[in-house]
Amino acid sequence: MRIRFWGTRGSIPVALTAAQVRAKIAAALRGARGKPLATDADIDAYLDSLALQDAGTYGGHSSCVEVETGGPEYVICDLGSGVRAFGQAALARHGAVPQTYHVFMSHLHWDHIMGLPFFGPAYIPGNRIVIHGCHAQLREAFLRQQAAPSFPVDFSELRAQIEFVTLTPGQSYPIAGMQVTPKLQLHAGDSYGYRFESQGKVAVYTTDSEHTLEDLSATAAFVEFFRAADVVVFDAMYSLADAISVKADWGHSSNIVGVELCQLAGVKRFCMFHHEPAFDDADIARVLADTRRFEEITRSGAPLEVLAAYDGLVIEL
Amino acid sequence: MEFASRRYAEVAVASPIGRIDHASADAFRLALEPMLAACKAGGDCVLLDFSQVEYISSVGLRVLMLAAKQVRAQQGSIVIAAMQPVVKEIFDISRFSFVFEAHASIADALAKLSPAALAAYQPD
Repeated sequence: MRIRFWGTRGSIPVALTAAQVRAKIAAALRGARGKPLATDADIDAYLDSLALQDAGTYGGHSSCVEVETGGPEYVICDLGSGVRAFGQAALARHGAVPQTYHVFMSHLHWDHIMGLPFFGPAYIPGNRIVIHGCHAQLREAFLRQQAAPSFPVDFSELRAQIEFVTLTPGQSYPIAGMQVTPKLQLHAGDSYGYRFESQGKVAVYTTDSEHTLEDLSATAAFVEFFRAADVVVFDAMYSLADAISVKADWGHSSNIVGVELCQLAGVKRFCMFHHEPAFDDADIARVLADTRRFEEITRSGAPLEVLAAYDGLVIEL
Repeated sequence: MEFASRRYAEVAVASPIGRIDHASADAFRLALEPMLAACKAGGDCVLLDFSQVEYISSVGLRVLMLAAKQVRAQQGSIVIAAMQPVVKEIFDISRFSFVFEAHASIADALAKLSPAALAAYQPD
């Protein structure tokens, strides 16, 4: 199983500004003084020595995560703006040869559905797109976003065969060669996490999920949902202090709670996701360093690998 | 977790001992309750002596957040002092450093809260 991130930003897509790009270039050039840069290999080696926040970016697309199983059908979580790039890659690979795309929707808020009108395969006859979710308004949400006056292309003009499948939380389904289990989460209008199991590997996608810490049984239920996962992709949008004070009831969680839940559940990798849009690359890198340190000082068993998702990250399980 | 308390003038000192986690956070909350009730404008100040706290989890931090909110609403003063390095790191990483006024020692905290309390202070 392989997890590929196409969109990792929370709430709204963001882009680097010209000033931010210039600052990265200037810092890289300053750091290059005195280093051998005569050949392309020298330059590549120097760039490889820089951290992601210095030589690249965490990216700005809203939620879209691919779960690769090696099977013939595609599986993605959420249709945020990242699905546009995913669609381009799929079209580059297959052209007009029909494909099946299974989509698992965490919920129907704007940042998680906004990519569908820009998903190229949706316009190509013969493609099959199966949108799975637990919300009763699954179909309505997608039709409404493309209705006038909000978008110029009506949903009915999408030429792919688009199906909507309502799942029941807590029930396990065989889909695309995996067992998929949704779980109800705390978020305005509800959200759902998904546990994907295939060939002895487990990935959990849990975004837009608030943990209030009031109810120990709710915590225990998430620990079971995460149990022994190879990776948990987790909404770590806020600091703990913000998540339980000024941003309580905003429907998101923190790096601290994510690490604690994963430690209790014996998870191998904790991947922070749904990054705060106000954060620049240095902010996210600082949260990553802090979170790795927190994992280290609270560790009582096997180490938990801590990652911060970025657009383009691939995790091999 | 064990819990001890003492008083210097109008400063009530709460001293939890051990780990404040899911198993002990509720006991910690209950132990703090009467001290928080008296922590208001013109009343007591509360000093959290964390010198013997080895670890605090998110559930324990939530108890502190609720305490800070209550005291703020009552226009009282609550501060924390003498955190062990690991607990201080947890405070910093969770951004609780922005929620609580923290002091390196009990004496430093008392000096800030009340000259009378500092005068009455007898270090262990």
